[in-house]
Amino acid sequence: MPSLGADMDEGILLEWLVKAGDAVHRGDIVAVVETPKSAVEVETFDDGTVQQLLVEEGQTVPVGAPLAVIADGHGAAPVEAVPAVAATPPVVAVPAVHPPSPVLRHRARELGVDLDQLTGTGPDGAVTRQDVEHAVAVHAVDRHPLDRHVGRPRGRGRVPAAAPTGRAGRLRVSPLARRLAAEQGVDLATLAGSGPGESIRAADVRDAAAAGRDAAAAGRDGRPVEPPATTPPRAEHAAPQDMRTAIAALMSRSNREVPHYYLSTTIDLHAALQWMHERNRELEIADRLVPAALMLAATARAARQVPQLNGHWVDGGFVPAVQVRLGFIVSLRGGGLLVPAIAEADSVSVVETMARVRDLTRRARSGRLRASELAEPSITVSNLGEQGVESVQGVIYPPQVALVGFGTPVERPWAVDGLIGVRPLVTATLAGDHRASDGATGARLLRAIDALLQRPEEL
Amino acid sequence: MSPRTATATHRRGRKASAPPAPTATATTYREALREAHREAMRRDPRVFLMGEDVGRYGGAFAVSLGLLEEFGEDRVRDTPLSEAAFTGAGIGAAMRGMRPVVEIMTVNFSLLALDQVLNNAATLRHMSGGQLSVPLVIRMTTGAGRQLAAQHSHSLEGWYAHIPGLRVLAPATLEDARGMLWPALQDPDPVVIFEHGSLYNLSGHLPADPGPVDIERAAVRRSGTDVTLVAFGGTLGKALTAAESLAAQGISAEVVDLRVLRPLDDATILESVARTHRLVVVDEAWRTGSLAAEVSARVAEQAFFELDAHVERVGAVEVPVPYAQHLEEATLPQVPGIVEAARRAVGEDG
Amino acid sequence: MTATEQRSGTATERAAADTTEQATGTSGADTPAGLLRAMLRIRRFEEKCAELYSATKIRGFLHLCIGEEAVAVGVVGALAAEDAVVSTYREHGHALARGVPMTAIMAEMFGRSTGCSGGRGGSMHLFDAGRRFYGGNAIVAGGLPVAVGLALADHLTGSPAVTACLFGDGAFAEGEWHESANLAALWHLPVLFCCENNRYAMGTSLAREHAQTDLAARAASYGMVSWAVDGMDVTQVREATTKALAYVRDSGQPCFLELRTYRFRAHSMYDPDRYRDPAEIEQWKRSDPIPALTEQLVQRGQVTTADVEQWEREIGQEIAAAVAAADAAPLEPVEDLTRHLTSTGPGEGSAS
Repeated sequence: MPSLGADMDEGILLEWLVKAGDAVHRGDIVAVVETPKSAVEVETFDDGTVQQLLVEEGQTVPVGAPLAVIADGHGAAPVEAVPAVAATPPVVAVPAVHPPSPVLRHRARELGVDLDQLTGTGPDGAVTRQDVEHAVAVHAVDRHPLDRHVGRPRGRGRVPAAAPTGRAGRLRVSPLARRLAAEQGVDLATLAGSGPGESIRAADVRDAAAAGRDAAAAGRDGRPVEPPATTPPRAEHAAPQDMRTAIAALMSRSNREVPHYYLSTTIDLHAALQWMHERNRELEIADRLVPAALMLAATARAARQVPQLNGHWVDGGFVPAVQVRLGFIVSLRGGGLLVPAIAEADSVSVVETMARVRDLTRRARSGRLRASELAEPSITVSNLGEQGVESVQGVIYPPQVALVGFGTPVERPWAVDGLIGVRPLVTATLAGDHRASDGATGARLLRAIDALLQRPEEL
Repeated sequence: MSPRTATATHRRGRKASAPPAPTATATTYREALREAHREAMRRDPRVFLMGEDVGRYGGAFAVSLGLLEEFGEDRVRDTPLSEAAFTGAGIGAAMRGMRPVVEIMTVNFSLLALDQVLNNAATLRHMSGGQLSVPLVIRMTTGAGRQLAAQHSHSLEGWYAHIPGLRVLAPATLEDARGMLWPALQDPDPVVIFEHGSLYNLSGHLPADPGPVDIERAAVRRSGTDVTLVAFGGTLGKALTAAESLAAQGISAEVVDLRVLRPLDDATILESVARTHRLVVVDEAWRTGSLAAEVSARVAEQAFFELDAHVERVGAVEVPVPYAQHLEEATLPQVPGIVEAARRAVGEDG
Repeated sequence: MTATEQRSGTATERAAADTTEQATGTSGADTPAGLLRAMLRIRRFEEKCAELYSATKIRGFLHLCIGEEAVAVGVVGALAAEDAVVSTYREHGHALARGVPMTAIMAEMFGRSTGCSGGRGGSMHLFDAGRRFYGGNAIVAGGLPVAVGLALADHLTGSPAVTACLFGDGAFAEGEWHESANLAALWHLPVLFCCENNRYAMGTSLAREHAQTDLAARAASYGMVSWAVDGMDVTQVREATTKALAYVRDSGQPCFLELRTYRFRAHSMYDPDRYRDPAEIEQWKRSDPIPALTEQLVQRGQVTTADVEQWEREIGQEIAAAVAAADAAPLEPVEDLTRHLTSTGPGEGSAS
């Protein structure tokens, strides 16, 4: 197949003007080829006799593929009508009658479907758009047992845009201030910004640094501050026995001091998992999402919507946190657990949440977490999905005031719009500190999580 | 280079504080340009000037007044109204070893020659694998502010600064008007010089023998510590006036004159931002895809962690420049707008 | 000479270093036999280009001048070494006739560093400053103002050189042509305007693009001496060009030649040629300059068929060698991408 233009990748052989046995001369028109621009005549650059036509009329072949064999008339080895170009793909064996349309080829490429592997259901066995999309759906079900209810996939999931800066709940910090804070060890979350929109500027960081870390931590004018970390000791130095002791002390204190109330709800994960599977098709294997990432992201955003549960009980009063630091419980292989936190968890994407969970979990288990990553979360999630339990009635980590639990997603009959179907469900629970909030507030949090998981593309 | 060797009265009547040097002579931007041509044509017989009405008429802005009489018709060539032909002729003559100065009356008409500038002047060296050289200087008037309406008020410096293979200059002071032409003629590559129409009457003093200026670096025209105002050409005077006003309000503004619009002198801009941590870019062009956008992007790329505030841009409202005075004024960047942007950057008007 | 001319070492050195280079278009081309051989060389070269394009060895746009060889050989071959050539994107024939080495042209089309533009130009942008070949200009009419400028410099410095500018009937509709014609005539500049009228501006026929299709008559309205010439007859083209050059050199005035010719192949390789009647093409092929001249010279006994066969062999070998050399030639290193952007060396720092 000759190249007839810089943008030509392949062509359809419309018509042969010669047949085997015909004598041809350099410059003769031997075939007509359909290109994206129009039908173009193909000439031969050799003299000889057509020995064999390699491509049938109607067949699509890539540029560089041989179309015919021409013997040079002197009994020498046959030459190809058009010199084959090295490293071009072999002839595509698509049924000749109905070559797939460019649109379909594009769609197949987009979805990663090999058209050659499909059996067409269209007229005369032509491959249809439905065939391509069906192939994707079947493939998806094979890979994801939870996803048996996936019908034909919708359009590809929109990649959630990075959270815009200046969004409520996210710190607005100038780049210079951020750099200075890192250099001088100032916790930006403890600062009040003096810039436009209360953004934190270099001067604020310098002031804080000058006032000293303690003063900053003590806070000014009763503004919310982050209490010192009360989670178990740092992983790298914690002997198992120390960790057990620390957990024991903290949990005892919680049970002694915190009047817990418990709520639970069942959440339909159909939309969330379907979105996740679509999203995963675009992601490298190492970056693929698991359902926990969506639940964590949804919880973080719900915590922003219900700030009464995102914060700490300090000195007899509730202090809302300035950001959502979402703790999640990592059980260690040798026993015990750690609670690393995702900073500003309400403004990171699901993909980023997944990445951080992976990273923090890995490092938690290898004892390489930094102290800052263990600093007090503002709310914690206990996800026992891996353990096969149905629901989690957790114990709050004081001075936090809420703990959200997720059980294992399971398939159950479930009625939607009056029809029973099988749906993936998860039980979400909330353990709330009754000193800081009441059941109605807690219910709002669970409802918010549920609502967010129904619109995963907005996470 | 020192920003203070020349003293200038900018349009708003700001008197420079430094007294004239003992040997200095009073001059204008227009006369400085004319002297630059005279010097170049005296020093190098390969230099000639061509363009519409550069000879008998004396130049549409009187820059070349008297040059025809001194140098004759071969070297001061009146052209037909054929921007493509005489710009291309400049390219051909430069390739053949001459040092032409092509005056295109205004940037607005240069669009008729854009094919020659982009497809030939800027391209030939690279496209020929380094065999060809186009040592051409193209001068043109640019800018708005004189109630000339939409077709005579464009500020397209950014279009030319977009083109690799060109050097683009914007003299905004007397010494640059006087000193940029000679080094531009020594450049083996094409150079485009933009003269803002509001500057020709700029007056002040220059030393009798001012010498060439560099055409590599931007210039800090005023030092400051709180905010950097980047400007060039027609907006430099406005930026300096704004800096005065800011000083009265206790805000110390540094004013950087880009001077060289391509290749941009990133170092001077970044060093200034590293001192002040705040940036306001003033550009008479439409904001979208402008030089102001380019400067902002480079600072964001290369000095992100120096910034303590949003970058502010003060540009033209995105409409064709209208005729009526009040509408034209509202369209273009003005001193109060620059002052406000600077105050926002330092957080005074949160 | 000038800085520009001094800078031209690269191509010259390449040509000198190229020991496989056969006789160039100009040498020996003064005789009718020489003209014929030069046309044959261009024809065979371009046929090979078509083949190599089909095989994706040559990419981008490829415009062939098959059928128009008499113009290339007749005009460009008549120029003196000091004269300049400004050409179009259909310029392989012009470049070969000017003596640009075939190896350098082929390597350029292969995008190799040994190409006559260092792989930056391709088929449409062949340059050889040493031979005063100022390129393939791929903007229709874009080369005309530059040609006027080259002639202006010669005028100002008293050089006897003439600048020959080749362009097509399509360019004749562009403003840049009319501006350039006016300027050259107004300023008495030594330009030889050579309008290679192949009757089609891409797919638009002469009658569909020009209200008055007598281009020579229109050029004359600028006060230029203008002649229409049979562009399919190399002898006539050669004769007219020689006369025109003498006129330009003597008078210092521009001159216009309309060379009426025809391209046998489509505008570019990706052109289905829907706009021409096949019968028209066949009609013109009967005026093919190569067989016509061959027959004439054989009849006159100036050339034998054995001579022609010998040339075919030599040309075939030259082409094969050029292809082999291009295939084996190195690519320009990507690190040198921004080299030659400006005279100051690689790149413009972050501005590039």
